[in-house]
Amino acid sequence: MAQQLLEVKNLHTQFFTRDGVVRAVDGVSFEVAAGETLGIVGESGCGKSVTALSLMRLIPVPPGKIVKGSIMFDGADVLKMDDDEVRGIRGNNIAMIFQDPMTSLNPVLTISRQISEALELHLKMDKSEARKRTIELLDLVGIPSAKKRVDDYPHQFSGGMRQRVMIAMALSCNPKLILADEPTTALDVTIQAQILDLLKNLAREFRTAFILITHDLGVVAGMTQRIHVMYGGKIVEKADTAELFANPKMPYTWGLLRSIPRLDEHRKAKLVPIEGLPPDLIAPPPGCRFEPRCQYRRDICREKEPELVHIPNSKPDHEARCWGTQQGGWLVDTDWHKEVGDTRVLEEIKQEVAQLPPEPKPGDLPPPPAI
Amino acid sequence: MATAATTQQRAAEVNVSVRKQRSLWRDAMYRLVRNRAALVGLIVIAFAALVAIFAPLIAPYDPLEQHGKDGLMEPIWTQFFGSKFTDPAYFLGSDELGRDILSRLMYSSRVSLIIGLVPVSIVLVIGLTVGMLAGYVGGVVDDFLMRVTDVVYAFPDLLFVIIIVATLRGTALGEAYDGLLIIFVGIAVVNWVGVARLVRGQVLSVKNREFVEAARAIGAGPGRIMRKHIFPNILAPIIVTVAFAIPGAMLTESVLSFLGIGIRPPTPTWGVMINDGFLVFSTTPWPVLLPSLCISIVLLAFTFVGDGLRDALDPRSKM
Repeated sequence: MAQQLLEVKNLHTQFFTRDGVVRAVDGVSFEVAAGETLGIVGESGCGKSVTALSLMRLIPVPPGKIVKGSIMFDGADVLKMDDDEVRGIRGNNIAMIFQDPMTSLNPVLTISRQISEALELHLKMDKSEARKRTIELLDLVGIPSAKKRVDDYPHQFSGGMRQRVMIAMALSCNPKLILADEPTTALDVTIQAQILDLLKNLAREFRTAFILITHDLGVVAGMTQRIHVMYGGKIVEKADTAELFANPKMPYTWGLLRSIPRLDEHRKAKLVPIEGLPPDLIAPPPGCRFEPRCQYRRDICREKEPELVHIPNSKPDHEARCWGTQQGGWLVDTDWHKEVGDTRVLEEIKQEVAQLPPEPKPGDLPPPPAI
Repeated sequence: MATAATTQQRAAEVNVSVRKQRSLWRDAMYRLVRNRAALVGLIVIAFAALVAIFAPLIAPYDPLEQHGKDGLMEPIWTQFFGSKFTDPAYFLGSDELGRDILSRLMYSSRVSLIIGLVPVSIVLVIGLTVGMLAGYVGGVVDDFLMRVTDVVYAFPDLLFVIIIVATLRGTALGEAYDGLLIIFVGIAVVNWVGVARLVRGQVLSVKNREFVEAARAIGAGPGRIMRKHIFPNILAPIIVTVAFAIPGAMLTESVLSFLGIGIRPPTPTWGVMINDGFLVFSTTPWPVLLPSLCISIVLLAFTFVGDGLRDALDPRSKM
């Protein structure tokens, strides 16, 4: 295998709380090549953000602690570095874009001072150089009249603009890897598209590797080369993006796919949520973590945890953590299209639709009510 | 046809050129001077400061010079009410030793101003350091520093100052600068705890905000985060506290001097003057009244400014 930019092996991050040990990240391994875009998808509270924070050693200690594993970045183990070395990497080689641009900018510092900080810190630029570069960066991320706006305060920017500023900050030192932790969650839909577009273009232009963390499969679909699905602190499915959408091999992924709202579907089609809640990471289910919510579960799922293994009838690098779809499992030949369509729900919908009055054609709309 | 990009650009340009650039601090300053009381307070303080700085130039007499036969003159306006002891040479009259009260008041403002500035600066430095460390580092450091703070906090303020000043009065420290130094120490030792507690609380509320994490994510170290990211965010309440701490310190000095354990006579301070004046209070009230008035006016001015600052720096009061 080619030299990877980032190689995470068997990462365990735990939080020691009064109620017990929260195993937020429980044995996660993955790689990112230089210039590659990886998506990490999963529900809230399944360890995505903690994984990202672990990569930069930003887990608050205590109560958090990275107890096991290794994070090889560019040939060096981040977990073995001392504080100074880690600080040298943060912002310089690995940068992060946070979820909420409204709170991630310091309200009392000007935009220019915030972006310049990393430049002065890592690239040892002086004030005027840093300022010049800041204006370039703001131009790059599409802030109009960058020159006039560098001395503005965050409250003078809109949400989308602030996220652009955050992106400019992340890009400032030309990092090799950018972690984007739900970069569009706090933005409205039109701005989401703009920001994603910007990220995509920047990734291509600068050959920066991205890890895009999101709960929205729709976001990663157009952005990433590979997708890892996380559930309960573990990676439950790994595949390249096209493969994952064409041939998902884990009931949890089916559930996620089923719950994407789609504009092109019949408008009476119901969104089907995954029933229940993500597992309690203090005392996770002993077997498969998804077992309690899985409609295909069998006894073995409750008793023994499946490994992340290659799945028959799929591309070579497609792995999943599921007894059912593994070699010899009962879901190997299941047509996921039908599963995602969920026949049971489809039946219900059909009945509901049948009871509805026939849809009026555009021609014979009732006259508008008299006012 | 204008493309979307140029339209956006244009709109943004219009926006930018119309809006005036104002920093948060300039906003606050604007709100402060719009507040009448605060403005009056600022003017009074500025006036007092000017008088203090230029006292040697504008004072009609040496404040220590005794004019034996001209003792206990009353302010000149009292002649309209039948006082026979006035002299145009002593505008505000003279005390029992024949010292010009106006000159003494002017020189007294110097001491008050120094008392307002120096101990409060010491208080700020100690309070900020302790509060920041306790709040940001947390854990054992926090526990230790806060327990020390609690211990000091437990003493009644004025009593503690009096104990410190009275016990150290005979030592070299107590003698230095007519007792000024020991008052600095006393006020600083007692008052830093309030600032430390305030700062710690503020740091705790700010340090978990996301922008601090963002700062850590770009590789800023703890010192840098405390100085550049947290400190500016907690500055507003600190400024307000200082605005109220200054008159507090001045008052403490006056009280100590009045009790006879503050600044040594004959160095004039308002407290010393009140103390002196008390001896002759039954004869004429002016040697007590005038310095009392000065104290009241200056303290009121600082309080007005403090109130104004609190309103001006409150992020919720937007204009």
